[in-house]
Amino acid sequence: MKNINFLFLAITLFLAACGGDKTETTTTEGTDAGAAAGATTISVKGSDTVLPVSQKEAEEFMKANAGSAITVVGGGSGTGITALLDGSTDICMSSRELKTDEKLKFQGKSIEVKEAVIGFDALSVIVHPENKVAQLTREQLEKIFTGEIKNWKEVGGADAPIVAYSRESSSGTYEFFKEHVMDKKNYATTVLNMPATGAIVQSVSQTKGAIGYVGLAYVTNGVKPLSVSYDQGKTFVAPSVQGAKDKTYPVARPLYYFYDAKNEAKVKSFVDYVMSDAGQKNVGDAGYVPVR
Amino acid sequence: MRIRRFTEPVFESLIKICGYSSGFVVLLIIVFLFKEGVSFFGSSPVEEGFTMYVHQSNPVKDLSAAQIKDVFDQKITNWKALGGADQPIERFSLDELGEAFTEEQLGKNFEFLPKCIDSYMDSLPGSLAFFPAAQTDGKLKSAIPLNIDKITVGKFLSDTEWFPTSRPAARMGVMPLLLGTLLVSFFAILIALPLGLAASIYLAEIADERVRKFLKPVIELLAGIPSVVYGFFGLVVIVPLVQSTFNLPVGETALAGSIVLAIMALPTIITVSEDALRTTPRAMKEASLALGASQWQTIRKVVVPYASSGITAAAILGIGRAIGETMAALMVTGNSAIMPPTLLQPVRTIPATIAAELGEAPFGGLHFQALFALGCLLFIITLIINLLVERVSAKRNS
Repeated sequence: MKNINFLFLAITLFLAACGGDKTETTTTEGTDAGAAAGATTISVKGSDTVLPVSQKEAEEFMKANAGSAITVVGGGSGTGITALLDGSTDICMSSRELKTDEKLKFQGKSIEVKEAVIGFDALSVIVHPENKVAQLTREQLEKIFTGEIKNWKEVGGADAPIVAYSRESSSGTYEFFKEHVMDKKNYATTVLNMPATGAIVQSVSQTKGAIGYVGLAYVTNGVKPLSVSYDQGKTFVAPSVQGAKDKTYPVARPLYYFYDAKNEAKVKSFVDYVMSDAGQKNVGDAGYVPVR
Repeated sequence: MRIRRFTEPVFESLIKICGYSSGFVVLLIIVFLFKEGVSFFGSSPVEEGFTMYVHQSNPVKDLSAAQIKDVFDQKITNWKALGGADQPIERFSLDELGEAFTEEQLGKNFEFLPKCIDSYMDSLPGSLAFFPAAQTDGKLKSAIPLNIDKITVGKFLSDTEWFPTSRPAARMGVMPLLLGTLLVSFFAILIALPLGLAASIYLAEIADERVRKFLKPVIELLAGIPSVVYGFFGLVVIVPLVQSTFNLPVGETALAGSIVLAIMALPTIITVSEDALRTTPRAMKEASLALGASQWQTIRKVVVPYASSGITAAAILGIGRAIGETMAALMVTGNSAIMPPTLLQPVRTIPATIAAELGEAPFGGLHFQALFALGCLLFIITLIINLLVERVSAKRNS
């Protein structure tokens, strides 16, 4: 019995300790397979935000061009950029631009990086539908997520505590919100971290004092999107596809494909397809804002 | 006959190989876990490949990770608060450099980078800067590198803030995660043990054969449901229930986590303790009944004490399940890394942290190693619990 106990515990522990690691391994294997299979294959890796678009594009591209194989792998923008650096991927999907230190690393390896903006993602700040508040300034959002503002009455709402929901730190959305809305300040410890966008929508729709941020495509009838002001409250803009396109809505970010200039001939056909009308329609279908 | 003489040793050695190799794999995993985890200690909390600088005239020569985070969160804005002169702190990194200088000034391949940093730093005596070490080490005249406290085991365990992605210096305090894990698991077992024990006594002693034949597979089926399904069930059913029952602003709490984990631990507890209860010799039970004891007295004084070591084992396996459970905890506990003051507040558990953050942590980096150190901690906790149980059941048996 003693031995069995120990065995059980060992197995439980093994699963607990390595649960997260498994996905990492499969991801690497996926890219290796893609890179090794020959010149007709293109591997695409990076941001989980861009992932659904790329998958759809790859599917349609392969249908139209028999013999081509495109491997699409997620893992996050940072993972994709690292892969592009060490040459294990052809195209890197990213939901943010390159940071200066990343540019330095590419310089160090004398890789010239080309970029293509394939679409835009607008973030909606959402609250419970019964919330009286309909608009917030960037400064108010910053104070809510850094924990300085704790009650809805401080921003013109009812006397109720604010419950702020955020994505996990592994998400590009988390980074984007931190840099563009929170002036690079850290989130308060009291902010709730949800593992998926769907979980944020679910929680905000069932929590009266909730506030959260999700991609435009994820807004449902169960939650209320807020108008946001980036000029200290002079003009408030409601999130919309049109607003993101003409840049009047401020909480929007471009979605990038990065690739090595030396590799351009190989990836050009796919990038061109994504930028074509058919490809841009897929961007729109995935809930993002097409470039044109 | 001849065939058997040949096959038996083959099977024997096959079984032997399986036994040895599974033991070897377990050892290998432990070694790997600790190798990654231990290298975390003694490293600097500053992002890898970066050095932090202050102006050479600055009297402040060393800072802690907590102070750096407060500076970059703009909570501390004057050097006076850090024991320096009364001057504002200017935060300065590659991003600011990109705004202050044109690409031509920096050089096409960034060859003038150190020079630009140098001239910029020189004009700002109150600056706190961080730059890639490769470009700046030993090349700056106006700035000196800052000493930053290294990460130690003591600080890792006692620091109360978990900000692994905070730039430029990460804060890795495991205290809130540890307390969160223990709190959720403890209350999960507090809920699951009485329920599970009652159910197993019912199944082993009271239920008639037909009920038992129906209930036992149903309960075992519970163990086969994927944990993400429990997590979703918890998020949609338990979380709103907890929220409305206690009239809370938020339902994702330690209590919701405990309830979901309790449900998940039930099948383990029921199955193992029922098996233990069933091992009570018929002669002992009948002797008790023959002496005039009621069925309840027999269960309380004979069956349960006889099976106590099995029941303890069941409880421990349940705790093991609860402590290591990842997905359900990730979905229903809210994952705020705060020191849990009550059961009715969000918490973040260790396994949920590992699962949520490993995806983006750069391979081999500080954050990656910190997550392995968390894994080591989890391993040690379970090992301690296991050793305690061994001791308890050894005492009872003797």
